[in-house]
Amino acid sequence: MQVEGITKSFGAVSVLRGVDLHLEPGEVLGVVGANGAGKSTLVKIITGYLSPDSGQMYLGGEPVHLRSVQDARRHGIETVFQDLALVDQLSVYHNLFLNRETTTGGRLRFLNNRRMRADARRYLHNIQVDIPSVDVPVEKLSGGQRQAIAVARATRRDDVKILLLDEPLAAMGAKEAKLIIDLVQNLARTRGVSMLVIDHNYTHIFELCDRVNVVEQGRVTLDKRTKDTSLAELTEFMVSSYRQQIEEDSA
Amino acid sequence: MIALIGVALAIFFSVYSSAFASVSNASTLSTYVAPIMIFGIAEVFVLTLGEIDLSVGEVYVLSPFLVVYLNDAGLGVIAAIIVTLIICAVIGCVNGLITVRLGVPSFITTLGTVFALKGIVLLSSNGIQVNPAGTGTIANVLGGWSYSSIIWALAIAVVGHTLFRRTTFGLHITAVGGNQTASAEAGVKVGVVKIWCFVLCSVLGGFVGFLDGYRIGSLNPGTDGLILMFYGVAAAVIGGTALTGGRGTMIGAGIGAIVLGVLQDGFNIIGINAFAYQLVLGLAILGAMILNVQLELARSGQGAGVYGSLARTLMRLRTGGAGRRRRERVAK
Repeated sequence: MQVEGITKSFGAVSVLRGVDLHLEPGEVLGVVGANGAGKSTLVKIITGYLSPDSGQMYLGGEPVHLRSVQDARRHGIETVFQDLALVDQLSVYHNLFLNRETTTGGRLRFLNNRRMRADARRYLHNIQVDIPSVDVPVEKLSGGQRQAIAVARATRRDDVKILLLDEPLAAMGAKEAKLIIDLVQNLARTRGVSMLVIDHNYTHIFELCDRVNVVEQGRVTLDKRTKDTSLAELTEFMVSSYRQQIEEDSA
Repeated sequence: MIALIGVALAIFFSVYSSAFASVSNASTLSTYVAPIMIFGIAEVFVLTLGEIDLSVGEVYVLSPFLVVYLNDAGLGVIAAIIVTLIICAVIGCVNGLITVRLGVPSFITTLGTVFALKGIVLLSSNGIQVNPAGTGTIANVLGGWSYSSIIWALAIAVVGHTLFRRTTFGLHITAVGGNQTASAEAGVKVGVVKIWCFVLCSVLGGFVGFLDGYRIGSLNPGTDGLILMFYGVAAAVIGGTALTGGRGTMIGAGIGAIVLGVLQDGFNIIGINAFAYQLVLGLAILGAMILNVQLELARSGQGAGVYGSLARTLMRLRTGGAGRRRRERVAK
């Protein structure tokens, strides 16, 4: 996936001023930036929730215009939202199959629970998500397990190419975070799903991502592979550009 | 839990009075239980969504009158019954549409419908009692025969449970009630699911109207539909359906209805003063509910006060038992 020269204004405020960004198959890209830098607007454009004022998006080299979230989904772009993705009271397998249930014929669409249970178990085993049982309601799971189920559901379809994750490691302990980091990297590597991770926490970005982009004032100002940079360098970059901005503002 | 309370009550009344466990009381008891059970099932559909239908009791009052009017207008009794059920469905559909499309909370929507329907019943009947339309087999099948109501109620419970637990539609009811945003996000047609639930609820309410109409043999336009509706809500909630949505059980509603029916019938038999009866019933419902709610809270470790700690102790005993069994299994 690639976006070129994306701009977006809300009234007189221009939030994105020509964003160029690319995402390779199976790559995990982290996007960081201060609040109001334009991260969430960028995400909304990539997921089809907003359309850009100008600029072009390409998928596999082909130009595409996303008209809606459904449209983006048809193109293989899925999103995992924090705490919005799952129904607490339903079992793990019902959540995985929600609105894509396996049924046994007829207009009443009887649930084939046995089949869904088995498929859910096999699928979670394949992507190495370890949970006690697919029968438990997701409210009984830990935060990390819930996030893993949400990611698993978003990537269940084979034609999913790009997954957007909004702070996937927020409020998680080290062990929990490890679960998600392994899952994300595993999905990227084995299934070739590209991941776009939005996070405020640079440590998480370094743990999770192959490459990092910094968004400042509606532009991508830094694009580096995580192994070519360091937490210190990234922090220094952010601080210095913040200082520069303050000086410009006061000048 | 609630089933145990029901059994305990039944044993208590049987010991207290030999009349309780008699054949003749079986049919009386079933006439108490059946309408509450169907109302309970009807309400589970909407309560699980996190909605409520206050108007179902008034649909119950209206429906047998509609059969009489349609019959007077020249329709056969069976045709009149079918048309009436369709009208009930339309009433439910209106409730659903106002709630879903116009964004009025269902409590308010159906509160409005209660008064509107009451007005229609009173205006059209002039406040005068009439006899239900149709006699013979139709009347007997639809509530006239002693046990027909309870057979209908049990059949509806089985169908309701199957629909609720075994079909996509039922799963989506729980999903919408549990997390509407996530359900919509997954592509569930939230509005359609809700409207269908209101339709089912109304149709069931209208159907109970037939059963009680033919059983009693006369139709009273002044019947209090609200209290009957509340019996249904009580049966559902006592049985374990959450008013906040996302959690519903048809079997629970059935058991809740049996408990409420046993209470009413039992109090009648042991001859509790008619005035004290309402008070005792109210306290019994409160007691059962406090225990139920606190048990639920104790499970998440938030129970308050004496009942909370009592419930936590009960839970510890239960989980302790389960833990021991698991350890034993592992040891083997």
